[in-house]
Amino acid sequence: MARTEPKKDVVIVGLGWTGSIMGIEMAKQGLEVLALERGADRYTVPDFRYPDVIDELKYGVRFGFMQKPRNSTVTIRRTLQETALPYRQLGSFLPGDGVGGAGIHWNGHNWRAMENEFILRSYVEDNFGADIIPEDMTIQDWGVTYAELEPHFDRFEYMLGLSGQAGNVNGQIIEGGNPFEAPRSRDFPLPPLKQTYDATLFADAARAMGYHPFPRPAANASGVWTNEYGMQLGPCNYCGFCERYGCLNYSKASPQTCILDALRRMPNFSYRTNSEVLRVDLAEDRQTATGVTYWDEEAQEEVFQPADIVMLCAYSLHNVHLMLLSGIGEPYNPATGEGVTGKNYAYQMNGGTTLFFKDKLFNPFIGAGANGMSMDDFAINQIDFAAEGFIGGSYITAGVTNGQPIRGIGLPSGTASWGEEWKTAITEWYGHSMSIGSHGSNMAYRDCYLDLDPTYTDRHGRPLMRMTFNWKPNDIRMTQFMRSKIEPIAESMNPDTWQSSYKGEGAQYDVRPYQTTHNVGGAIMGDDPNTSVVNRYLQAWGQHNLFSLGAAAFPQNIQYNPTGVVGALAYWAADAITRDYLPNPRPLV
Amino acid sequence: MITFLRILTGLVLLGLVVLAAILFMPVRTTPALAALPEDYTPPEGSGEYAMRLADCSACHTAEGGVPFAGGRKIESPLGTIYSTNITPDEDTGIGSYSLDEFRAALYDGIRQDGAHLYPAMPYANYRKMSEADVRALYAFFMDEVEPVSNAGPETALPFPFNQRWGIRTWKWAALSEPGELSSTGDAAYDRGAYLVEAPGHCGACHTPRNLVMGEAGYTAMDGDFLMGGEIDGWTAPPLRGPDSAIRNWSAEDLKLYLASGRNNHAGVNGEMQLVVRDSLQYFTNEDLDAVVAYLRALGDPAAGDNAPPVDPPRTADRLDPSAGGTQAVLTAAEPGMALGPRLYLDNCNACHFVDGRGADQVFPELDGNPLVTAPSATGLIDTILNGAEVPSTTVRPYSLRMPDFGHRLSDEEVAELATFLRSAWSNSADAVTTADVTARRETAEERAAAE
Repeated sequence: MARTEPKKDVVIVGLGWTGSIMGIEMAKQGLEVLALERGADRYTVPDFRYPDVIDELKYGVRFGFMQKPRNSTVTIRRTLQETALPYRQLGSFLPGDGVGGAGIHWNGHNWRAMENEFILRSYVEDNFGADIIPEDMTIQDWGVTYAELEPHFDRFEYMLGLSGQAGNVNGQIIEGGNPFEAPRSRDFPLPPLKQTYDATLFADAARAMGYHPFPRPAANASGVWTNEYGMQLGPCNYCGFCERYGCLNYSKASPQTCILDALRRMPNFSYRTNSEVLRVDLAEDRQTATGVTYWDEEAQEEVFQPADIVMLCAYSLHNVHLMLLSGIGEPYNPATGEGVTGKNYAYQMNGGTTLFFKDKLFNPFIGAGANGMSMDDFAINQIDFAAEGFIGGSYITAGVTNGQPIRGIGLPSGTASWGEEWKTAITEWYGHSMSIGSHGSNMAYRDCYLDLDPTYTDRHGRPLMRMTFNWKPNDIRMTQFMRSKIEPIAESMNPDTWQSSYKGEGAQYDVRPYQTTHNVGGAIMGDDPNTSVVNRYLQAWGQHNLFSLGAAAFPQNIQYNPTGVVGALAYWAADAITRDYLPNPRPLV
Repeated sequence: MITFLRILTGLVLLGLVVLAAILFMPVRTTPALAALPEDYTPPEGSGEYAMRLADCSACHTAEGGVPFAGGRKIESPLGTIYSTNITPDEDTGIGSYSLDEFRAALYDGIRQDGAHLYPAMPYANYRKMSEADVRALYAFFMDEVEPVSNAGPETALPFPFNQRWGIRTWKWAALSEPGELSSTGDAAYDRGAYLVEAPGHCGACHTPRNLVMGEAGYTAMDGDFLMGGEIDGWTAPPLRGPDSAIRNWSAEDLKLYLASGRNNHAGVNGEMQLVVRDSLQYFTNEDLDAVVAYLRALGDPAAGDNAPPVDPPRTADRLDPSAGGTQAVLTAAEPGMALGPRLYLDNCNACHFVDGRGADQVFPELDGNPLVTAPSATGLIDTILNGAEVPSTTVRPYSLRMPDFGHRLSDEEVAELATFLRSAWSNSADAVTTADVTARRETAEERAAAE
């Protein structure tokens, strides 16, 4: 028998980046706001305290801050014909757990997408013709433009205290920044991080070839910063423990460093941890949500939490899972192409070349999560899709983003992974390798999607969500194109040896090696209820008091790390809700 | 030192017992300092604000307890004193106090039943509060605070301190004139003087104690006033005079420290955290400016409010001058370096950096930090052992915490590290011994066991 809690104005599912932003923005409106977080509470001290948190085995290898598959996972298959199996051991992607969510263990790569990425289908059709779009590619426009999001990118970046160098301020190209970026209204809040040796070598080589390297935008503070909520960041000390770790130094932007203590002071905001939301409850006519039902781990019982507004702020995959379980939107059917919920799941197409230098020492123990130099000369707005035979693009980059001694050592391919030979190789090569990577877009396809698994259930008896995903020729051509651009740069740097790793023809999705935790789509935004789950304000088409935040809204993946767009969309939605929805609750479109 | 004071105080009190017996006569309480109409109603919000100014909640609320319901342990040189319930509960609180009885407690330390209050209750300072604030406080506690029934633990000090009648003789020796404040005629200074000398009761910690354990001064007119004191073994730093660190702070830094517990130099620590958390962050902008104007005039009367801070007196870096000083030693990080700087590199450097300057408002400066160079190293030792936390405040909501290092450093190592800090950069303070550290660790353990 479920207990029922007193009604709230707003209930938020998940207290990571978007949950924290929506929490504070709604609480500022005087609403009674409750956030439900399935994991534990986390504070910089004691949870990320020095030196306990820089334990590579505990957090880097054994995933101390990640969700445990036994509590929450998906099943995965590559084709419609395969039988999906549970993702029992974390590998390809790492959903975060606890207060702060993935916002505690990210690297701090924070980008704006390009103008054409928000109108991708129109851009392709207008510039290259609809016939270059492969038959099974289901890319869409977002329903929102870069120009509309610009003030919200700006706000998010100033909230984070982003370090970097503008390349385009109101149309004026700034030397040293990214000349291909969309115009921003002002410079970064903080100057760029100091660059490591590998980044400097890469940038010199790229510049010599006529390219335009610039410092990677970093949510690792290069100096002290106080944001709009009065929250504070201290300067990064380049300890090299960002990705998979909470920051011990108050330097990496996270819900903890940027929002939570300000939010905790607000008497009309509260949150409950160890409270996993099981479903969204709908009114009988299914036109509105009435609240959520969650599992109270402490009381070991189901709880119904009524609310006037429900905001799904969990990890992208969980937002989609909750929608599928709650009957929100029609489930997507790959056979007919009809239905929307679960449609257009997409990932990220990355590749890289590793260079080995006997005579160069890179001091790999010095690094920051988003340290490095990047170039956008082969970005999605720089490529002639018709001529090159693919739709997409990448940024190309180098820098020491982690200083972890076990996982951070690059070895020439063919080296034994254990024993005497491995030890000899480690001694020889530690500190002598660097990488140049490409981080690229991934298009949406008719048979890459999310639905409920017919066989497997979770510990609450709910069907697991099933992911159907595989690499496609278009994206493999894109990454091979990047290879053809990166390898000449690498060769120009005269390494003793080098090796490349890019997806090749016929590559199949392998869930074992870590690739990226940029899982997007499934609850996509758009301007047509027949092809999207939420409208341009992230409001469910079918239930006007239900909003779905986060990267599940991406109709296909951008070429960049998603957090910048996730943050901008959160402020965009918060603004629309505050100005337009709260005074008159209704469908905003 | 404490034992010596106990004996001394005991002797003085015993001597005065005879006098007290002779002078047995009814206690006379201080009348209102101003005549306000019988039907005077304090302005809306003034009661709560007066409570913030006087910081009633810091002492009268137990850790994690209901506000004003008492029960907080206060470690005094005389022994442990428990704060009382000041909610308007008729039986266990102050619900049956008349205005005159309430004023007598504030001004004269007299309980409703006539018993004398221990001077942990700062009536020596409160007796300078205006009648308007007394009325506001009375109205607040009677009408705005919910009554809570909480008898709480009784204070039971050892003989002779459990003889409350003795406090009467102490009061004759220790208290100053009610309502007496320093004044220059400058509106900001005078308001600041009122806030600091009266409700703020800053002197209770920051003024040294005299032979009878009274504050050695109560207003800026007294030379020893705010010249530094001690609380729970920690140095309460001087707020005036040549050794005062804050005289090197700008007005802006001083104001930010009061409002948020952090500035470009320091982070609030020890008992002062409670003052920022429960009192100072609620001061109006004007009142903060007044306190700043007053303190800066005290620190350096020539400075005035807007003058730049005095140039910090930097003595020569005395750590290994042949190697180029502290920063050079830390930067070189030679494997054979001494234990103190090595421990600093391994434990402190990530935030406080090789120059000991930390980062503005986030990581406190250790070079010239009054906690580091205080006459008593207790505060520094406690901070290394147990960590520290600046409170969440309106202007700076982040409760920044420094982790504890007691679980990974031995007493010898803490002593080495503390000694290094007290002699690094331009710091020049006495060494810390292993025994000093052991004593503080034991004190912390005893207290934890007693909880």
